[in-house]
Amino acid sequence: MSIFVDENTRVVVQGITGRDGSFHTRQMMAYGTRVVAGVTPGKGGRDFAGPEGRSVPVFDTVADAVAKTGADASVVYVPPAFAASAIMEAADADVSFIVCVTEGIPVLDMTRAHALARDRGSRVLGPNCPGIICPGKTTLGIIPGRMVTPGPVGLISRSGTLTYEAVHHLTRDGLGQTTCVGIGGDPLIGTSFVDCLSAFADDHETEAVVMIGEIGGTAEQEAAEWVSANLSIPVVGFIAGRTAPPGKRMGHAGAIISGSAGTAAEKTRAFEDNGIRVARRPAEISVLVAEALGR
Amino acid sequence: MNLHEYQAKELFRAAGMAVNPGDVADNAEGVREIAERYGGGVVVKAQVHSGGRGKAGGVKLASGPDEAAAHAEAILGMEISGLTVEKVLVCPTEEIATEAYVGVLVDREGQCPVFMVSAEGGVDIEEVAATNPDAIHKLRVDPRYGLMPHQAYRLATRLYADPALARQGAKIISQLYDAFVGNGASMAEINPLISTTGGEVKAIDAKVSIDDNELFRRPSIGALRDSGSEDGADAQAREAGLSFVKLDGNVGCCVNGAGLAMATMDLVKYYGGDPANFLDIGGSSNPDKVVAALEIITSDPAVEVILFNIFGGITRCDDVARGIVEATERIDIEVPIVIRLTGTNENLARQILADAGFTAGTSMDEVVQEAVRLAG
Repeated sequence: MSIFVDENTRVVVQGITGRDGSFHTRQMMAYGTRVVAGVTPGKGGRDFAGPEGRSVPVFDTVADAVAKTGADASVVYVPPAFAASAIMEAADADVSFIVCVTEGIPVLDMTRAHALARDRGSRVLGPNCPGIICPGKTTLGIIPGRMVTPGPVGLISRSGTLTYEAVHHLTRDGLGQTTCVGIGGDPLIGTSFVDCLSAFADDHETEAVVMIGEIGGTAEQEAAEWVSANLSIPVVGFIAGRTAPPGKRMGHAGAIISGSAGTAAEKTRAFEDNGIRVARRPAEISVLVAEALGR
Repeated sequence: MNLHEYQAKELFRAAGMAVNPGDVADNAEGVREIAERYGGGVVVKAQVHSGGRGKAGGVKLASGPDEAAAHAEAILGMEISGLTVEKVLVCPTEEIATEAYVGVLVDREGQCPVFMVSAEGGVDIEEVAATNPDAIHKLRVDPRYGLMPHQAYRLATRLYADPALARQGAKIISQLYDAFVGNGASMAEINPLISTTGGEVKAIDAKVSIDDNELFRRPSIGALRDSGSEDGADAQAREAGLSFVKLDGNVGCCVNGAGLAMATMDLVKYYGGDPANFLDIGGSSNPDKVVAALEIITSDPAVEVILFNIFGGITRCDDVARGIVEATERIDIEVPIVIRLTGTNENLARQILADAGFTAGTSMDEVVQEAVRLAG
């Protein structure tokens, strides 16, 4: 099984005619994602040319796309100035799962977008995230399909390329994945570690979980407590930013240590205190997963 | 982006807030003139992006113009947390009866603005939070409705028992929220918010951080950036669209992706080395970005080796390889370069590098160890 999305998920791409949107739509379609519609205001009525001669109808609004195609998930590839509004448009059209890849959205815009999504019961993944991939089934976002393979490991991460690094080792060591979720590097994200852990707990095919955290905030600490109270399968952790100085933003808007909270040491301790083994190097993640699964 | 106190006070005044008067100068003579204009006692305050200015000796009371000029002489050019003081703010002294704290920032957990107020102001609020957390009152604000008048009043009653003071406090709290939202801030605080012996409530300090992601639509705020207080490499990185943080080590790091960049620094440390920087070249790496990254890294004389760690996903390894080759043709690089790349178009990248006399590894662990060894 997979979490949040599967091969039946019907996807509308917001910003389908843009540079990133068009490239990644073709990648997603080539992987097998059911992309049923695209939205670009002012370009409704056209067809988007996908791979292998397939095409996707383009609409002016998400509501039109949903009404005509039954899309139930969206991927947002629109620029930061309009991305929060794109998320709100999708939530307003009752899209239940919204992936936002865009980086650089003003945080006050996101306070309103998250509030609307919560009211409408829509789940937002991200923003500033690589998306979600269920190996062999579907992918929403930008995670390259060729580095994953089906198997028993669930993966949750705040980072994109660090996810690739971890998945690369897992796949090479014969440890496939049920679902890999990039939850995003922004301070305000719609789907937390705990949301993903709770979905993995209900998925009988997931036998172990990898959590890749980083400095900033307290999401890892909350996740660690949740794991200890609720999860029976093994969890392996990694925390990036042990050498990060306090008060400096390390690339991700959310990766900043303020005061004593949010340090890598504190997060590592929270993991270990709650029975989560922490890899010291990215390459060690798959070693610890193999041990946890008795392989 | 952090604002100076005098800039933050301007934003507060524009929101209609009662703020104590003040004027800035960058030399002692200017400070003397300002003090003469105000008459009486003044306070001379270092304008520098650092907390603890008072403890560092950057805030001094003066009884008149001569003393103010003497303090300015001492404070201007002083270093506070490694930053040189270029300007001072001069304000008339106030007859202070009480000092409170009022701040608003974005709450990650609640995903909304949150107010924090305390009747114990004028001190480090993190210290109050640690020693006497009950003294801090919090209120989450629904961003769709904004701060409602009754909420502002309730917060003010936590600060003032006297209804006349509470009414003034509520007004200032509302104005602070307006300034926070209206300028795209991620944090705005008044510490202290004073009541005077004459029964007036006003802000005598101000601290504002602007969300960097807001700057594209707020050019007038962006213009407030104090480029003098910014390191040359920081400015160059910002202009090139690179995320860069200078560190103290000698292994220059150039990585794609923030998480992998942090993990690379950590691995350098793990193998006994010291990273010279955090640098994320971002997702789509055109050769120009790689060139800019190399210029920034090599401008640090401490750097003994340059380490590339590229995991090609969206980033194409061949783009980065071309950038490395182009950069080494354009600028003189006297330190060794070690390269790890894997992922999208890896073989093509390896060919490009081989033609230019570089070799690239595939294992992050091996390449980091090699870099640490070369750094000595």
